[in-house]
Amino acid sequence: MTRAHETSLRTYILTRIALALPTVLILLTMVFLLMRVAPGNPIQAALGGHVPQAQIQKREERAGYDKPILEQYVNYLGDAFTLNLGNSLTDHRPVTDIIKDNGAATVELTVAAFLVAVVVGVSIGLAAGRWRDTPVDISGRMFGIVIYAVPPFFLGFLAQLVFADSLGWLPVSGRASPEITATLDTHTNFYLIDTLINGDWNAFWDCFLHLILPAVTLGLVISGVIIRLVRVNLMQTMRGDYVEAARARGLGERRVVLHHAFRNALVPVITVAGLQLALLLGGAILTEETFNWPGIGYQLVRYLDERDYIAVQGIITVFAIAVVIVSVLIDLINAFVDPRVRYS
Amino acid sequence: MTSVGEVQGAATPTTPPPPEVEAESRRLAGMHRFIAQIRSARGVPKWILYSGIGIVLFFLILAIFAPLIAPYGFADSSSGGVDFPKQAAPSGSHLFGTTVQSTDVLSRVIWGARTELEVVVLAVFLALAVGVPLGLISGYLGGKLDRVLVLIMDALFAFPYLLLAIVIAFLLSDKIGQGILTAAIAITIVYIPQYFRVVRNHVISVREEPYVEAARAMGAKRRTIIGRYVFFNVIQNVPVIATLNAADAILTLAALGFLGYGVQPTQASEWGYDVFRALSDAADGIWWTGLFPGFAIVLLVVGFTLVGEGLNDILNPLIRYRRVNKPEMEEAEAAE
Repeated sequence: MTRAHETSLRTYILTRIALALPTVLILLTMVFLLMRVAPGNPIQAALGGHVPQAQIQKREERAGYDKPILEQYVNYLGDAFTLNLGNSLTDHRPVTDIIKDNGAATVELTVAAFLVAVVVGVSIGLAAGRWRDTPVDISGRMFGIVIYAVPPFFLGFLAQLVFADSLGWLPVSGRASPEITATLDTHTNFYLIDTLINGDWNAFWDCFLHLILPAVTLGLVISGVIIRLVRVNLMQTMRGDYVEAARARGLGERRVVLHHAFRNALVPVITVAGLQLALLLGGAILTEETFNWPGIGYQLVRYLDERDYIAVQGIITVFAIAVVIVSVLIDLINAFVDPRVRYS
Repeated sequence: MTSVGEVQGAATPTTPPPPEVEAESRRLAGMHRFIAQIRSARGVPKWILYSGIGIVLFFLILAIFAPLIAPYGFADSSSGGVDFPKQAAPSGSHLFGTTVQSTDVLSRVIWGARTELEVVVLAVFLALAVGVPLGLISGYLGGKLDRVLVLIMDALFAFPYLLLAIVIAFLLSDKIGQGILTAAIAITIVYIPQYFRVVRNHVISVREEPYVEAARAMGAKRRTIIGRYVFFNVIQNVPVIATLNAADAILTLAALGFLGYGVQPTQASEWGYDVFRALSDAADGIWWTGLFPGFAIVLLVVGFTLVGEGLNDILNPLIRYRRVNKPEMEEAEAAE
């Protein structure tokens, strides 16, 4: 029994990983086609007019743009798999450094936002599903629909207007006050962790205050999806035979809902919520731009404005790989949690 | 499959080609059923659908009659030789105030409705025109083509949609310039995979149904089978997705505008771009430049979402029948 169990799990994991490779390959091919075929010559586009022609040519040779397109494609795939993504054209930063430095800011923001989204989304969703078709349900559903319709940058604008400008409780933008940033010893680039390592409570508090508005803004926008999901799931679970059975055994409604329905309603939510990564990343770009939060999205917009194709291509390549890795991880978690998945 | 081929040969001469009129009336019957279902809606779904339609109609009227309704042009900073004040608070002469460029916020919001709806209609239409036929063909024919298309579409679907739209708008802006078409294409590419997936999966479940089998046995051409029997059975899901996508498309367009890759500000007024310009005002306590265009985005997106949700509740038979299932039995009977 356990042997068969383990074999099927291992087979599932291996198949899932094998299936992810073509997806990565297709995404990378798309990135290559988009970035290389469409604009003509990236280096010309970024530096043309700013730098003498001879130097541009030298750069083109170094970047391999004088080679046949097929060779460039193979080279690009090789570089992508070894994460050797070159240096940005405008500020000569290795793309891997951009990912490391600005990535920490993005991860800090998205993790905090995700926590907000889960807390808000699950509690409203459960309440709406529990008291179905009552005013609680209708207002919960309306909140979900309206909050989903608010662009993160508009919610951010309102938050800045109220909490930063009118009330003066929270900083308008940025990741920390300038004097804190200037003196901060960075170890991990996660400011909340770094300030704790340094034992500097003042700096920690400052970074925490800066995180609140962006994280709540992004979190609330994402929570709309979670509300909907939890509500529908709970309603389906409440119809389940085991809930009926629990009622039949004479358990109180409170116990039925808390112990039998809620838990089972939340299992699929964990995995589906993970799939909101696309929404989270898109929202992160907008939130970072609104609050001048120096994450990857903020940096990407700068490079887009400067027509820095190498940096843009590198960042998108990393995004593409990351998205596939996360979706594989979610499927694996799902397989661990729900045995039905790995047998299908 | 081989037996179908034999029957096909035998049946072809005896079945006359069905007249066009019949196809037309069948199409109309489908429309009637669709409308009848909406008419028969009751309770919360009906309320949701109708309020959504109301909001969307409101913006549609604003968009169509923008030249008549808007007090000024979207880029006007003066009228009749009189310059507008800069960043003036809402007042009698400028109901929503003016921006840093001395343009009238109310006029920009009204003209913006036109831009949003133009882009969204174009984007949804393009996505439908590409996604639905691809899904039909891929699902019905199957085989290698199907596998390749599914891989590509799944990869596109997995990619963060806003990032995809930004990159495409960015690359197109180098080629064909920024504008309504560029924005619409960028949004289209994001939504094609959704239509493709839904239509394809539905086609696969419909493909082996007895009535399709029967059509094949009667010797109907592949084009007729796909175009009539499969298409009309699969298309029911599309209105719901299309309206929900329209809501998403507005958010994507506003996001593109906010980041500077949407419609060029000199060409048309766009709400997302206006909120971007308003961000620097927020620190000075100037609320009117961002509040009104922002609310317009929210309201229009909510409108489309309500239409989609309402349609979903009404048209989706699974939800409909479930309603009358267990605990709500008495309620439903009482309502009858």
